[in-house]
Amino acid sequence: MIRIENISFAYRKGRKQVFRNFHADLNLGGIYGLLGKNGSGKSTLLQLMAGLITPSEGRILLDDKDMRNRSVTSLQKLFLVPEEFSMPAVSLDQYVRYMAPFYPRFSAETLKRALDCFELSEDLHLERLSMGQRKKAFVSFALAANTEWLLLDEPTNGLDIPGKSQFRKILVQEMNDERGVIISTHQVLDVEHLLDHVLVIDQGQMLLQKSVEEICEILSFVRTSEPEVLRRAIYQMPSLQGMSALLPNDDGRESSLDLELLFNALMEKREEVCRLFSAPNRSNQA
Amino acid sequence: MIFKEGKPIYAQIADRIEDDILNGKYQEEARIPSVREFAALMEVNANTTMRAYEMLQNRNIIYMKRGIGYFVSTGARELVLDNRKNVFIGEDLNSFFHEIYTLGIPIEEITSLYQEYVQSMEATKKLMEEEGWS
Repeated sequence: MIRIENISFAYRKGRKQVFRNFHADLNLGGIYGLLGKNGSGKSTLLQLMAGLITPSEGRILLDDKDMRNRSVTSLQKLFLVPEEFSMPAVSLDQYVRYMAPFYPRFSAETLKRALDCFELSEDLHLERLSMGQRKKAFVSFALAANTEWLLLDEPTNGLDIPGKSQFRKILVQEMNDERGVIISTHQVLDVEHLLDHVLVIDQGQMLLQKSVEEICEILSFVRTSEPEVLRRAIYQMPSLQGMSALLPNDDGRESSLDLELLFNALMEKREEVCRLFSAPNRSNQA
Repeated sequence: MIFKEGKPIYAQIADRIEDDILNGKYQEEARIPSVREFAALMEVNANTTMRAYEMLQNRNIIYMKRGIGYFVSTGARELVLDNRKNVFIGEDLNSFFHEIYTLGIPIEEITSLYQEYVQSMEATKKLMEEEGWS
């Protein structure tokens, strides 16, 4: 489990705090979607979890060990794929030889499966790849590292059209109950159907931390142009077929999650949406 | 797979498996892909796919052999047809009737259009069989 315990963080003393008294608990066995506007701190949060930077107050615990210590056992348990990264000018083979020993559960079979899925050959040279290919190669290595936690910062950025679909396939295939994945993204359509949990951060706080199942129990996402339905909507935005509308789920029928609608509603009608989740007759365990 | 708005994803996945039972891709007593394989195929979360499998299991359309996997039940085809027919008559047909009533379309016109539709479907099917696509 990753416990983010009331952390505060600013890049420099006296500068605006990215997080203030921020708290979250993340459990293995789920794919988390981390959403937030530009500059809301998504990448900062992933770097904090990975121990690359440390909070000024509070702690981040990975299985009860403080990430601040960057102990080998903690670092072995997670892998971060940043949005932008550089790779050494070596062959993939050499890269694996240098890097795999840091990850005790590294799986050569997973690497092969992932490269196959991305239609990359195994004898590639990292320097001679395009940006998208490097991302595919790095994501493949990250999956093969077989760490408990996999933190992916905008993983679909730079991927070509088949690449996005290949990414979803291989991630679902390699996912299991002993792994946790956190995907930070703006490309909500790329990951919408992959998620178990949604995390929305804004202004240094966790605005929403719920499972997709809970969200769909409490909210309905509909496309309609019927005025009676729209009158009950908390938030609506124009779409090709009438309006996309967010409503309280009153009849218990489940609809399919529309992440863009949910996100926009949270930004525009924060209190109304959050009130529904904290209503007393609902259980609100994340 | 492209999902429709509104209907929950797990229900759409269940529909897709039912379609494959109806069109003979999955025969009765044959094994269907594992939850994870099917999730990768659909590019959706495995838990969502699991819910689809549970729903089909509750309807006795598939069953699980522990440690081996999921299989199509004997009689599943009939069950799916019955369920689908009930849903169609109960829900879709009603809005269809509402529409032709409102627009004042005589039923004879609908009947003849439907006959044309059946003919064109069967012609396409025959063509595909001849070309070896089925």
